[in-house]
Amino acid sequence: MRRMRLSIALIVAFCLAGPARAQDAGTVPRPALSAAEDSTLEARTTEVASMLRCPVCQGESIQDSPSELAQNMRAVVRDQLREGKTPDEIKAYFVSKYGEWILLEPEMKGLNVLLYVFPVLLVVGGLALVTVLVRRWTTPQPSER
Amino acid sequence: MIGLIAHNALLLSAAVVVFGAVLTPIAIRTNRREWLQLTYGAVYTNFLLVSLATALMIVALVIHDFSVSYVAAVGSRSTPLLFTVISLWGALEGSILFWAWVLALYAAAVVWFHRNRPGNLVPYASMTMLAVAAFFAILLAGPADPFVPVWPVPADGPGPNTLLQNHVLMAVHPPLLYLGYVGMTVPFAFAIGAILSNEAASNDWAILSRRWMLASWAFLSAAIIAGMWWSYEVLGWGGYWAWDPVENASFLPWLTATAYLHSVMVQERRNMLRLWTLNLCVATFVLTILGTFLTRSGILSSVHAFTTGTIGYYFLAFIAVVLVATLVLVAGNAERIRTTGTLGGVASRETVFLLNNLFLTAVMLTVLVGTLYPLVAEAIRGVKVSVGEPFFNRMAVPAMVALIFLMGVGPALPWGSTTVAEARRRMIPPSIGALVLVAIGVLAGARGMYAVLAFAFVGYAAVGNLREYWIGVRARHRAHGENWGTALVRLILGNRRRYGGYVAHIGVLLVALGVTASSTFRSEREATLLPGELLTVAGHTVRLQSVWGREEPQRSVIGATMDVLGTDGVVIGTVEPRMNYYHVSDQPVPTPDVRSSIRGDLYVNLSAFEPNGANATVKVIVEPLVPWIWFGGFVIVLGAVIGMFHRGRRTTIPPAPMASAPLPEPRVMETVP
Amino acid sequence: MNWKRATIAVFASTPLIALFAYGFTRDPGEIPSPLPGREAPEFALEVFAPGEAPLARRVGDTISLRELTGKVTVVNFWASWCLACRDEHEALSETARQYAFSPTQFVGVLYNDRPALGVNWIERMGGQSYPSVTDERSRTAIDYGLYGVPETFVIDPSGRIAYKHIGPITSSVLRSWIDSLLPGAATDTATELETR
Repeated sequence: MRRMRLSIALIVAFCLAGPARAQDAGTVPRPALSAAEDSTLEARTTEVASMLRCPVCQGESIQDSPSELAQNMRAVVRDQLREGKTPDEIKAYFVSKYGEWILLEPEMKGLNVLLYVFPVLLVVGGLALVTVLVRRWTTPQPSER
Repeated sequence: MIGLIAHNALLLSAAVVVFGAVLTPIAIRTNRREWLQLTYGAVYTNFLLVSLATALMIVALVIHDFSVSYVAAVGSRSTPLLFTVISLWGALEGSILFWAWVLALYAAAVVWFHRNRPGNLVPYASMTMLAVAAFFAILLAGPADPFVPVWPVPADGPGPNTLLQNHVLMAVHPPLLYLGYVGMTVPFAFAIGAILSNEAASNDWAILSRRWMLASWAFLSAAIIAGMWWSYEVLGWGGYWAWDPVENASFLPWLTATAYLHSVMVQERRNMLRLWTLNLCVATFVLTILGTFLTRSGILSSVHAFTTGTIGYYFLAFIAVVLVATLVLVAGNAERIRTTGTLGGVASRETVFLLNNLFLTAVMLTVLVGTLYPLVAEAIRGVKVSVGEPFFNRMAVPAMVALIFLMGVGPALPWGSTTVAEARRRMIPPSIGALVLVAIGVLAGARGMYAVLAFAFVGYAAVGNLREYWIGVRARHRAHGENWGTALVRLILGNRRRYGGYVAHIGVLLVALGVTASSTFRSEREATLLPGELLTVAGHTVRLQSVWGREEPQRSVIGATMDVLGTDGVVIGTVEPRMNYYHVSDQPVPTPDVRSSIRGDLYVNLSAFEPNGANATVKVIVEPLVPWIWFGGFVIVLGAVIGMFHRGRRTTIPPAPMASAPLPEPRVMETVP
Repeated sequence: MNWKRATIAVFASTPLIALFAYGFTRDPGEIPSPLPGREAPEFALEVFAPGEAPLARRVGDTISLRELTGKVTVVNFWASWCLACRDEHEALSETARQYAFSPTQFVGVLYNDRPALGVNWIERMGGQSYPSVTDERSRTAIDYGLYGVPETFVIDPSGRIAYKHIGPITSSVLRSWIDSLLPGAATDTATELETR
């Protein structure tokens, strides 16, 4: 219990969920990009950033989160994209620092495969079931009534 | 003083509900019908006692009686009156009290409306509700007691969580949510009551439950939309749904309740799917308890999580008891409840409803598994993983898109069979609607597969549903010479359930369209502006006028006044995003400003600023069609309200006598106003 | 009443209850880090707060991890707005002084803050015995998988992360880790300093 309370207190102390520290706006340099490379790079950054979880927020991606850490992580993503890294490499980088938890969608390996297979099985199996039932229930049964 | 009276009222209410719950089966077994009146009296007394306690809590909050523990925890002299009152449901103990009150209200209403119905269904249903009330009463007496006396009495308190006093929607979302969640207890109670009273083999319990389920469903739909709206207006990220575990938890019972509303129609018309419908009923209630468990136990991290304590264990015990008891009752009596029958044909509305139930259940199970998977992964692999928006978008959204399509097929097909040729003919106008909307969407820039499909199906279903109105109105006009307006009104009044349902469909389509458009066509830009500088996003231009600050009793407010400029540079409006620095918290609460129109929202959030007001960093998001989501919510509720005032119907086919079950006696049909 | 079916159904539900019960033993806020045991990420950061003799470094100098091979390095991420950092400030400064003459190096890394505010904070807290560096745009913090502050890393002489501590650290924890990583001879010096 004490451990839980301490952890909560720590999370509260850590939590940057919220806009950037107001006083820092002046000192965080925003890199200037030329308009041309801006849009595709931004689009790719957005795509990769949407797959990474903000460590100090509740379930938001670093794309959506307004916190300072999230913005800095986005900058890392942008820089690595500019260096030519692939989205998979960037994801692997963050996983090596923060663990699998940092990915908003579990990697499809090991036990996680079940997580992805399950919904597909549900729909496919369900459709099969409905087909069987509809057929059974529309063929007049000799013993009916 | 207040605390003492209220606490004792709650203790007394606990005794009363336990008394009522225990007396019911005794009264029935010993055939002392007059004792049942006592149990109904227990239900009414419980409502009075819990109402008293709740009223006293509101009084204590308003007069700032900090000798009451809950008030000491969430009250503050500097909080505005409205937010003081609604802090009743803002933290754990108060929310449990509020839940208990809504439950007491429903129980009293159910017993009142159905008090004259002969048989054991209503008594057993009442007993079930009393048993659930007993759980919450025990919580209020012990681990969630909001009236613990505080000594020495503090002079002031911290106020509610700063996020919860930032927007007036906080007055709306939780009450609606509780009215929805707790309302799901009623159909559950009827289902359990039916099994216990040996009436599960008839359809009466489903007919009685229908309006209660519809009302709860309407509240829950409104609550979810209101929650989305709150999240949109308060959290500063311009989004409205994050697949947060607690959001998902509110979505799950909505899905099964929607499935129920459809399958119960098959049950009534064709006397089929009775066991399945009962299972949906039970599952909906279990999911509401699961949802509240997840919020209060702390086993999943969430924006919504209340502070944790021992209360999670109580909820776990309660879930275990509920699960075991209902599984025993339902599985043990499955044979008696089950029906067999026939559908009208392959191309029939019943088939569409089967598919509808399939996809709703598939979405429900996918979201459930996805939400719980982090726990499973940790238990089995020992590694913490996250399951977030990308997963749910990939795995759950396709089935939801399929449901939009079905919403257009169902109304077009009749009950019973139709030829395949006829079915194909009916699909033509909706298909044209689909093509039109796809064309509009693609022209506007939509490219992704699901976006295009979503537009197509929304167009399809919209025409499909509107066409039903058109056909009906035209028929009346031709047959009775009524003008269009009168024909429409008379059409709806003549079959409120059907046409209310179509209105609800239209509401869902509006929501779907708003969601699709705002995800596909959203654009955003962030920039640091000096006063006088412009920022343009997707054809919308804003100009920073000034950065200012002001003091309010409970917070310091920093704001940026910005002009919204029209095409010729004329000022057409103002937006004022703010950051609220509450004195009790060192983290500010972002307060974006939203300028809405039919075409969409201009959403402006203040991200940062220079302390001397020299500049402001703003994020401007253009979100097309977002107001259609909120409007769609109203339309959904309107549809449900229309459907609720449907004049009662009996089953069309009396159930075939089953050897093991006694024949149900003829019942007097009650109309619930 | 079909009891066989009923029993089967109840058994089917036990995994779910067991899962929830298991959930109580876990803390969803506690995320284990993959870094301990791995090579510490390289950094080269500029000093903004010099610290005090004998550990002082000049403002503007660069401290890089590479130059610290062979020493036990304690890297502490902190910020002036971080309430919990105040709790560990004394422990860190004191322990750094105690190990001043062993092959150890304490480095404070400022996180998400302005150097001017950091300097003010150090003054208000009565000084910091070791130097602190700035971390522009939190690059090093992200490299170290930081979730927030304070977090402290103990790096062994060969450059591998031996230990990551989340939250305010105490001197006893610090000392036990440093002692376990120092080459044997230096431990006596540390004990001598302690008993004085």
